[in-house]
Amino acid sequence: MSDFLKISGLHASIETDGGAKEILRGVDMTIPAGELHVVMGPNGCGKSTLAYALAGREDYEITSGSVAFKGKDLLELEPDERAAAGIFLAFQAPVELPGVNNANFLRTAVNAVRRARGEPEMDAVAFLKAVRAATKSLSMSDEMLKRNVNVGFSGGEKKRNEVLQMTLLQPSFAVLDETDSGLDVDALRIVADGVNRLRGPEFSALVITHHKRLLDYLSPDRIHVMANGRIVHSGGPELAEKIDQEGYAAFLADAA
Amino acid sequence: MSAPAAFAQQLEKTSGAARDAALALERIGLPGPKTEAFLYTSLRPLTGRSFTAPPEAPSADAVRALIMRSVPVDGPLAGQPLVVFVNGVFSREHSKYPDQAGVHIRTDATDAVQEDGDMPFLLLNDALYRDVTVLEVDRDTDAGSFVVLSLSFGTDTSFHPRLRVRAGDGASVTLTEIAAGEGAYLNNPVLFCDVSPRAHVVHTKLQQEDAQAVHMAAVRVAVAEGGSYDSFTLGLGGVLSRHEVRSVLGGAKAAVHINGAQLLTERQTGDITSVIRHAAPDCISRQTVRNVLGGHARGVFQGKVFVERIAQKTDGYQMNQALLVSETAEMDAKPELEIYADDVKCSHGATVGALDADQLFYLCSRGIPGAEARQILISAFLEEVLDLVTDEAARDALQGVLQQALAKRIGAVS
Repeated sequence: MSDFLKISGLHASIETDGGAKEILRGVDMTIPAGELHVVMGPNGCGKSTLAYALAGREDYEITSGSVAFKGKDLLELEPDERAAAGIFLAFQAPVELPGVNNANFLRTAVNAVRRARGEPEMDAVAFLKAVRAATKSLSMSDEMLKRNVNVGFSGGEKKRNEVLQMTLLQPSFAVLDETDSGLDVDALRIVADGVNRLRGPEFSALVITHHKRLLDYLSPDRIHVMANGRIVHSGGPELAEKIDQEGYAAFLADAA
Repeated sequence: MSAPAAFAQQLEKTSGAARDAALALERIGLPGPKTEAFLYTSLRPLTGRSFTAPPEAPSADAVRALIMRSVPVDGPLAGQPLVVFVNGVFSREHSKYPDQAGVHIRTDATDAVQEDGDMPFLLLNDALYRDVTVLEVDRDTDAGSFVVLSLSFGTDTSFHPRLRVRAGDGASVTLTEIAAGEGAYLNNPVLFCDVSPRAHVVHTKLQQEDAQAVHMAAVRVAVAEGGSYDSFTLGLGGVLSRHEVRSVLGGAKAAVHINGAQLLTERQTGDITSVIRHAAPDCISRQTVRNVLGGHARGVFQGKVFVERIAQKTDGYQMNQALLVSETAEMDAKPELEIYADDVKCSHGATVGALDADQLFYLCSRGIPGAEARQILISAFLEEVLDLVTDEAARDALQGVLQQALAKRIGAVS
């Protein structure tokens, strides 16, 4: 049995006015099934690029390296195929979709994924039941379903809407890109509960964060420190505590 | 400018006031490539062709079938009174409306014509109309809703329907106009709208002409004190179309809304042109137009807001937005403000862009395949502007037609 998610020597660059700029410079990481890993690191070290690269964003060009997901070559798949395969990215800055009703969007997404997974589509009644249960568990009002996707949502509402999508799409691997930023303590708890409900032997996650606080609710298995586009250090959950107190300085010296 | 050779045979046969219009048209000619008002809209689909007099009327069954397609019995407009034009002429046989106190519909053989050198297609109608239908609503009467159908059948033939709406003081009427047909014809409808003080006219238009047809419409609107003309046009059909509105706000606190949307693909050209003249103080004008252009389509928006010196406290807003879903589509926008009053609030703008990459990625990252994601965003862009359609039944009808058009056509180009 191959590893659940295995990132090897991943290099990625983005096109800028001044030419291609390399952001990921050889990321290696293995996440076994059922584990929750964390990536921490200073701003600009490549954390969000890693998240986008895993979800398949086009403007990040993978120049070398590989990502195997459940034994498949993830980099060969289109973004929608990755979602169907079980990848989910909770966006750091969820995108507003004016004119697109949130409930219709959620149902379209759920049924697209179910179709691709060979499962029967949900009819309106079954979907409404599922979505109501999910919003209730996330302390969201049903009124948010009637609005356009993320339009006029507060920062916290956007993040909850991400977790709502994650709950309904039932991924086997979720990447949460600073989902905790801008959340108050109560919202943080609700988001963490949303993640914890998905946890099990067939679900893994990669959590990108700056703050230890979210980790107090998530009990991660492993912490990775990223700097200059590489993982420069990995350790157990206690590493988060150390970073919280001492900062990244010690790791940056290693990476230079 | 080119001589109106395409219509020479018909223009020769005119007499009376129509003859004067024909001569005026012959003098100024049809717009050519150097005509300012038609700078972006080529009349090539008309050149080298001859539009002979209308052929024999289509069979009653053919007309009924097209009525059923245009106003489905299970659709939101079903059951509304129908005013039907067939091949440019009022059809008593197919029209259906009840007698209503204070509402008068009649058809006259002749109508006052006005020479508008800069509206050549109004002049063409002035010269070639066969009859004029007049819808009059007495003062303080709510005439309710009417569906106005303009149905065209034939090829190399032209039709010139003409409708006058007069809403008396405090009267109101809601019109939903649908233009449809079969063949490579020219449809040249003209609507005059005379809105008295405190009267309200709602005009929603759906242009779904045959893909080979040409649609050249002219609308002239005069709104008196406290009155309103609230319009929306959705352009889907025709190889070439132009919806041209001239509106005058002639009394204080009058309002006009000239909103619209176009969905054009292949080699379609669609033109929405308007002049809004503020000739009295405290008036409001609103114009939002959205265009979705695929294939080799070309969208044209020309909008002029003219504020006379007397029109203080004018509140004007104009916005044209275009979404280009192919590399070869084109949008030409010419928003203009001409302001002679010093205490006014007028804004205008124009945007042209492709689908947003962030939005597309967001949808795809949720498992929605690329083609479906594109359709969702295109649909959302147009749905938003359809919210401006005030009449609920008309809005539902437009939404239904738009969804069908998107499903059928956008897949092929995006």
